[in-house]
Amino acid sequence: MSIDMAQFHQVFFEESFEGLDIMETGLLNLDMGDVDAEDINTIFRAAHSIKGGSGTFGFTAVSDFTHVMETLLDEMRDGRRQVTQVAVDVLLGSVDCLKEMLTAIQDEQEVDVASVNEYKKALEVELNGEQANEATTTVEAVVEPTQLINSAGSGWSIAFSPHADLLKTGNDPVRMFRELAELGQLTSVVDFQGVPDFYDLDPEDCHLSWNLEIVGDIPSTDVDDIFDWVEDSCDLAIQALKQQNFPSVENETETTLVETNKQAVVEDTNPTANPIVDKPKSTKKEPSKPAAKGSSSIRVDTGKIDTLINMVGELVITQSMLSLVGEHFELNKLDQLKNGLSQLERHTRELQESVMNIRMLPISFVFSRFPRLVHDLSTKLDKKIELVMVGENTEVDKTVVELLSDPLVHLVRNSLDHGIEMPADRIAAGKPEMGTITLEAYHRGGNIVIEVRDDGKGLNKDVLKAKAIEKGLIDADANLTDKQAYELIFMAGFSTAEKLTDVSGRGVGMDVVRRNIQSLGGNIEIISELGKGSTIAIHLPLTLAILDGQSIAVGDERFIIPLGAIIESINIKESMVNRVAGKGETFRLRDEYLPIVRMHEIFNVKNAQATKLTEGLVVVVDGQGMRCGLFIDDLLGQQQVVIKSLEANYRKVEGVSGATILGDGSVALILDIPGLVRLSNQ
Amino acid sequence: MASILAVDDSASMRQMVSFTLKGAGYTVVEAVDGVDALNKAKTQKFDCVVTDVNMPNKDGITLIKDLRALPNYKFIPMLMLTTESGMDKKQAGKAAGATGWIVKPFNPDQLLKTIKKVLG
Repeated sequence: MSIDMAQFHQVFFEESFEGLDIMETGLLNLDMGDVDAEDINTIFRAAHSIKGGSGTFGFTAVSDFTHVMETLLDEMRDGRRQVTQVAVDVLLGSVDCLKEMLTAIQDEQEVDVASVNEYKKALEVELNGEQANEATTTVEAVVEPTQLINSAGSGWSIAFSPHADLLKTGNDPVRMFRELAELGQLTSVVDFQGVPDFYDLDPEDCHLSWNLEIVGDIPSTDVDDIFDWVEDSCDLAIQALKQQNFPSVENETETTLVETNKQAVVEDTNPTANPIVDKPKSTKKEPSKPAAKGSSSIRVDTGKIDTLINMVGELVITQSMLSLVGEHFELNKLDQLKNGLSQLERHTRELQESVMNIRMLPISFVFSRFPRLVHDLSTKLDKKIELVMVGENTEVDKTVVELLSDPLVHLVRNSLDHGIEMPADRIAAGKPEMGTITLEAYHRGGNIVIEVRDDGKGLNKDVLKAKAIEKGLIDADANLTDKQAYELIFMAGFSTAEKLTDVSGRGVGMDVVRRNIQSLGGNIEIISELGKGSTIAIHLPLTLAILDGQSIAVGDERFIIPLGAIIESINIKESMVNRVAGKGETFRLRDEYLPIVRMHEIFNVKNAQATKLTEGLVVVVDGQGMRCGLFIDDLLGQQQVVIKSLEANYRKVEGVSGATILGDGSVALILDIPGLVRLSNQ
Repeated sequence: MASILAVDDSASMRQMVSFTLKGAGYTVVEAVDGVDALNKAKTQKFDCVVTDVNMPNKDGITLIKDLRALPNYKFIPMLMLTTESGMDKKQAGKAAGATGWIVKPFNPDQLLKTIKKVLG
């Protein structure tokens, strides 16, 4: 029977990464002064599971590595070894190394052996002290199953007297004799002497003992293996039979236990060595067929699945009710039909919600990496920083979770590096020595808001301005409000260069962070107070798959405007319009002049009903703080639309973020408002 | 066909054990730790128990000890899945009433062979 082990690899990788996260969190939370054995045990268990799994699934390098970690943790757990910061740091490094190894294996890449050996050496130095490390570089000396073959080839004589409680371990002498009989010709003589009087007999105890003889060319290990499990529960003497001393098969008192019918159950023929102690021989055994690359999976709470199944059940009932109504439809059944349809609508909506819910993951998936990040960086920068995380269970779409990670890392790094002051400066400023960075997530409307807050020195408007002038990003006499000054840090070219620390300056500026957030349909804002700290808030839609949209008509075409982008819709009068030669049209809305985007011109719609501005409607939209008016024929209904990618099916189109299929089967384009605003400004 | 209770806190190991045994025709019920296993063992009688040793909530050895105390499980084969380094674990397991062990890492064939051995 061969089973493709590759099918379990994905699950193994997922649980291993989870295990590594548990180890990391556990290690970071260890209190050197007062180590809780249970905390160490949790870390140990995670390492142990990874070791067991990696061995079983053929990732020998991983299991060898984890073995060293496990040994170290085991000694800590038993109190044989002091938990020191050095040891914890070495273990944290090993967690990183394991992550890299597993990622490489998952991606079918070569494991960086040099770096793995370095980490392993560090572990061994910690484990054995400096001098011992050379000797133990190959950690787990692979013990080849020794073939202690009894070459006499005659057989074995076995005196086997089980202790009374043998049966209570689930071991059965008959089963063992059956196994022996598979090795060669078995004869057994049973000894009844130990059987007590009937009245004293405990039927659950074993009172018999046996003298067995097995004939054939049988390795001693095979015989030993059969008694391996019961060594401690019996008196056992195994001796080689002498060549001339073959037992007579026709002995009077013997019971032959060769049960040929039972033999069929065990498929394998004479094993030469016990498979159970057989260890994988090749140290570089790669998985035969690694798990499919890039396949992504999601863990879902069973409660969510149950809700979904319930919903589907309801839907099926409604559907059968409707088909009953439709079968012999008469007008007097109209009410029933209407009822059914509204029920259907409700169930469909609920179904949609519960399906969307499945894709929702707690934000803790992203937050969990930060304790480590803050720990490492604050050590490096000699700052004292406490990380507070709030609202970790706030749920957000899986795609958003995955894409949010990098921007957040950047923001937290910035806070650590530029926000929080050195301990001495903090004390001088009358603040507590320990700085605080808060990561908070919460829902507001259809959005999730994630805030990175620090109680550091805050953004200095004058410094920002001076730097922007120096870089030539703004004019020297520019008059900026606080908000405009903060916006400067999002300008391309502002934060790069000059101070390239390896903490925050990795050549990626805040402009990239903002662009990433915007590509997710979100925005980012800064609130800051000099000397008190800064807050950077990211607003993101809960899901990227469904959008609340306003459908609009331009000629025969239908477009969708994301509802959140619409500020108002107005009829404009000729007097409000301003035409600037070469710069297009603008109109005045209260105190503001806004550019007008004529939709029928941009999308080349031939049969637009309104071509004069006074005939149609102008929808005022906001795209990333910039506004414009979209000139359209008419507003239609509001509805939730499922976003289909245009890029995947066609190509990127300026001003369009995707497409959707409407109720009547026709396709409507979803407008990319920031893109359109940009277009209008060109 | 015999029914087996497979206990492991690691999902991949549990799936592997369960898939292998089901493939051989056994009825398999999975449990995620000792507590879960004990509850399941009380509601249904299994012909064999295969359990990991290192688990949260209730470890494999305590599970075996607790199961042996139940009248239904006095003579039922119970196997522990243990790593090669755990010789002392084997002793502790035997003392708790384990029938035997399967040493990790193991492959599906080794698992099946051992199961067939104890279930006859």
